[in-house]
Parts: sequence; structure tokens; C-alpha cells
Amino acid sequence: MSTAAAGVAARVRPNPARLARRHGWTVGVYVLLLVLLLYWQTIPANWGSFDVQSLAIDALPLAFAAMAQSVVIISGGIDLSVGSLISLINVLSAKYMIDMSFRNALLFGLLLLVGSAAAGAFTGTLIVLSRVPDIVVTLAMLFVWAGLALEILQIPGGGAPQSYLQLGTGHWWSPWIPSGLMILLLAFAIFWLPLRWARPGLALYSVGSNRNAAYLSGVGVARTRIFAYALGGLFAGLAGLALSATSGIGDPNAGQYYTLNSVAAAVLGGVALVGGVGGLIGPIAAAFVVTLVKTILILKGVDQNWAQVIQGTLIIVVVMIGGLAIRQRART
Amino acid sequence: MSAGTPQIATPAARLRAAQRVLSDNPAIALTFVFVALFVVTDIVNRAQSGKAFLTPTQVSTTFLYAAPLALLAAGQTLVMLTGGVDLSVATTATTAAFVSSGTAHDHGTGYALLLALAFGFGIGLVNGIGVAIFRVNPLIMTLGISSVTLGALTIYSQTRFVALVPNIVNTLGSSRFFKYVPYDLLVWAPIAALIILGLRFSGFGRMIFAVGDNPVACRLAGVRVWQVLLLVYALCGAFSAVAGILLVGFNDAADLGIAAPFLLPSVAAVVIGGTSILGGSGGYGGTILGALILTVLDSLLTILNASQALKQILYGAIILALAWLYARTSSGD
Repeated sequence: MSTAAAGVAARVRPNPARLARRHGWTVGVYVLLLVLLLYWQTIPANWGSFDVQSLAIDALPLAFAAMAQSVVIISGGIDLSVGSLISLINVLSAKYMIDMSFRNALLFGLLLLVGSAAAGAFTGTLIVLSRVPDIVVTLAMLFVWAGLALEILQIPGGGAPQSYLQLGTGHWWSPWIPSGLMILLLAFAIFWLPLRWARPGLALYSVGSNRNAAYLSGVGVARTRIFAYALGGLFAGLAGLALSATSGIGDPNAGQYYTLNSVAAAVLGGVALVGGVGGLIGPIAAAFVVTLVKTILILKGVDQNWAQVIQGTLIIVVVMIGGLAIRQRART
Repeated sequence: MSAGTPQIATPAARLRAAQRVLSDNPAIALTFVFVALFVVTDIVNRAQSGKAFLTPTQVSTTFLYAAPLALLAAGQTLVMLTGGVDLSVATTATTAAFVSSGTAHDHGTGYALLLALAFGFGIGLVNGIGVAIFRVNPLIMTLGISSVTLGALTIYSQTRFVALVPNIVNTLGSSRFFKYVPYDLLVWAPIAALIILGLRFSGFGRMIFAVGDNPVACRLAGVRVWQVLLLVYALCGAFSAVAGILLVGFNDAADLGIAAPFLLPSVAAVVIGGTSILGGSGGYGGTILGALILTVLDSLLTILNASQALKQILYGAIILALAWLYARTSSGD
């Protein structure tokens, strides 16, 4: 009752208030990012394009992981297998790309992306068919993908052709424009923008906000959920390829970091865990915020492990505040 | 019960009745699986090395190995009954392992064990505060706490401290009395009895089921849901700490990865035991059988020379298959 009334009231209300409510959080994240960036550039003695490069290198895989997680959360699910799928793609690319020419490496990367999307679709299909909660299925898949990654590469190793590494660590036109950042924007423009306001994107949001209502309005719920996981798998694949390009090696345990941090970046970026809320622009900024916090701590001379503790604590606090925000919103 | 049984039982009806009995009492099927798995392992072992596996010593070893897992899964069962999941049990156990072996030399055994339990309870309490009061998704809360704890433990493990595993912990974790009875049963059995009886007969136990089944109805009925959740997560932390103490007794030294291999099996044991991941139904009896089954399965895979990677994949597949099976049987009625 009250939500319906609030909905009507929101429609009558002037546009600025609604815009502020819908995009306030995202704008806030960008302001936070800006503040952190301004603070960050004062710390190193000779802050320059090199620092910008290394920030882009550190944040690129997490930004893709956050996109992967966000797409799934928006559709009303959660994907705990993101991290280990990233590991799997990472070790596959590092193991086989090392002796390839640039052209073959790119083709192989493309193949891995298709495979990664198929892996995501497989997870989604399992969830839809089994009717087991997303968390259980993706938790099981976490171990399946991690096991496969460990089977393929027991210890960190492998590599990639130099020209492929340039994709992650190089720059375009000027040293101030990291190529990783450009690839991130390209992927966003190619894989998300055309979908966001088209049929599949809208279906994603409707299924995420109310599955029954979506079904009754003729949205293919099962198809949409599988599509969300497939798109998530695609972004996870991009994260895995980005990880190989930025780190230069494959590591079967590298993906662990991204399971929690992708969720954190999604929540910090304004994607509500209940589904149907948020976008990908916020989580991308949030991924940079999460990375910057750690970078700043380490630049400040904080021990690597303490940085992990502080970062983890901050993430928990952020999620707690997010939880309170949801409660407040539900109350009003 | 017998009033609904039809007079003339057709084969199909009999099958349905059998299915009903099995889905109501998963313990029957699980005991069967446990025994069958033991026999299969025996056959495989005889074929490979000519030695029997179905011996009193091996049965006793299985119980010895299963105790830490079953204790981790004990807390996990309580949490999953409320509809949550605790992914910090492994790091909490590791914390207890470090605390109990790191402080025993300076402060004595009793102090070390109490401190380890207090740490477990405290970590669980933090999880509970996040989940119960701030309504954070349990998965994210516990995963976050686990990464914070691991970071803190890494720092602690790099400091200089005299590590000493107390004798009593060593005995509890690795020895047996009367030749076949593992000492860790002395810890595990009372806790198991307490949980099984407590879930069944105490008000708090019933509230755990009620909260997992329908938190909104609980709140409306006057149950303080947040208090129930808080205590459940704190208890889970304490049980994990007990498991960590047994593990450090078994391994004779604490390391950062001491409990990590038990994280997924702790969830798997609960799922195998028939506790619904959505909460509200299940119990600890099934979990115990789940832990025993996983322990025998682990022995079988070790005999078959399976790699750690293959084991991981298999555990994932088992969780998935069983969750699917239970989802099917529960949606049938």
C-alpha cells in the first residue's frame, strides 16, 4: 500500500528530486573517487603519468570483476564463482598464450571470452533448472572452477606475448591515457550500453526487482537469468584476460581476491543486493575507490597485510551502511 | 501416520511411501551411504594394496579425522538453519589454533584455551552484529570478516612468539584411549548431544528453526530475531574455535592454512545432512553423517591418488547434486 502510494507520489514530484534520489549515490561515489584521487596525487614525491598507469593496472581486473558481479546482482542473483572463473581464464590464457603471436593470442583471448560466457550461462542454467538458491550453486561452481584452474596450472607461471601485455600496461596517444582504462571504456560501450535500454537490459532490471511481476508481464524469467550469468561470465573472462595482461603470469589462486571485492565494489557502486537497482557506472568507480584505498595505504607506508585488514574493515563498514540505507528506504 | 496408508499398496504407491520415509528421515539413507562408501573403500584398498580398510582401527581413524570437520559443520548447521551461511569458520578455527598454541607457553594451558574460545566467540559475535543488527548479507559479512581475520593472522604469524601446543591439546587432537576410541570424541560427543537435544527441546532451539523458516512471522510473534541470530553466529564462532584447537592438536603446529581445506566440506557436510540452505529444516544428526561420509570419501580419493584439484571439483559437484536432489524432494510435496 505505502509503496504504491510512494510510487505515485514520486511520479508527481518534480524531476530534480527524483534524479537526485536515483543518481545521488553514483554521484557520491564519483565525488569520493575524486577526493581520493586529489589526495593520492599529493603523496608520491614525483607523481606523474607512471602512477596513473599503475593505478589503471591495479584497478582494471577488479573493475571488470565488479561489472560481472553487478550484472548478476541486478538480475536478482549473486555470483560467488566470479573469482575462481577469473582464475580459470587467467591460467588458461597464461599457459597457452606464452608462445603465441599477437594475432593468435587475441583470437585465443576471444575464444576464452566465448568460453567464459558459456561457463556463466552454464551456471545460470544450473540455477534455473535446479531451483537451488544462487548462493549454493555459485558456491559449488566456485570450487569447480578453482579446481579446474589448479588442475591446469599448479603453481603460478606462464605468460603472454609482449604486445598482448601492452594492452593492459601500455598507453594510447599520451602516457596519461592508460590503455587499460580505454579497454575498460570500450568493453563498457560495446557490451553494456547497447543492452542497458534495450529489451535484454530492461528484462534484467525487471526480473531483478520483482520476478513474479516480470513473469506476469511476459518477460522470459529463466532466459533473462541465464543471460545475466552469461554476461557476468563474459565480464569475468575480461577480468581474467586483464589479469594476465596486467600481471604477466597465470596464478590459480589469483582470483580469490575478487570474490569479496567484486561484491564490495558492486554494493559501494550503488547496486543493491536485493536486485533491480543500480548500474555499471557506479561499480566501475567503486572498483577504483577500493583499489585507491589500498594504494594510498601502501604509499603511506602501511604494511601490506595491515592494508588488507583496513581495506576489509572499510568494505564491511560500507556494506553495513548500505544495509542501514536499505532499511531506512524500506521504512519511509 | 498409518491412517493415511492405503489398504492396497500398488508398486507406485509403495515407491512413493518409501520416498516419503527417506525424505523425512535422510539419516536412514545417509547411514546406508556411509556404510556403502566404507565397503567400496575397503574393496578399492584391497585391490590396490591388498590391505583391508574395513577394520576397527580405520573406523576409529575416520571418527578421529571427522571430529574437527563435524565441529566446524556444527556451527555451520546452526547458521544454515537460520537461513544464513558462515564462510569465516575456517579462519576462525585458524585463529583459535594460533591463539591456543601462541599463548600457552607464557600464560598456561587453561588461559590459552579460554582465550582461543573467547576469540572464536568474539569473531562470531562480530559476524552476528553485522548480520542481525545491520542486516548485512551473511555471506558478505562472514567473507569480509574472514579476509580481515586472515590479514590480522598473517601479521601475527610474522611476529615472534613461542609456539607451544599444550600436551592436553595434543592428546585430545590425535590420540585414542581403549585402543580404538579417539580422545576428540570426548569433546565432540557432548557438544553433539547438546546441539541435537538443544535444537529439539529448548526454546532457543525451536526459535532457530522458526527464524529460519519465517523471520517476519517470528518478529510479529514477538521473537527478538536479532538476539537469536546474534547468539547463533557467536556459537558458530565458538564451535569453530573448538575445531581449531583440535586441529592444532592433531597437526602439532599452527599455520595459516590449517583449517582452509575444511571450509567447503563444512558447508558440504551440512548440505549432505539434509539441512536446507534456505533455513528452517534439518538438524545436526544429518550433519554428523555428512561429515563422516566426507571423511571416508576423502580417504577413498586419497587411496585413488586423486589430486587436491580433483577433490575440490568433486566436492563442488556433490554439493550441487545433493542440493538439487533435496530441492526436488522438498518441492514434490
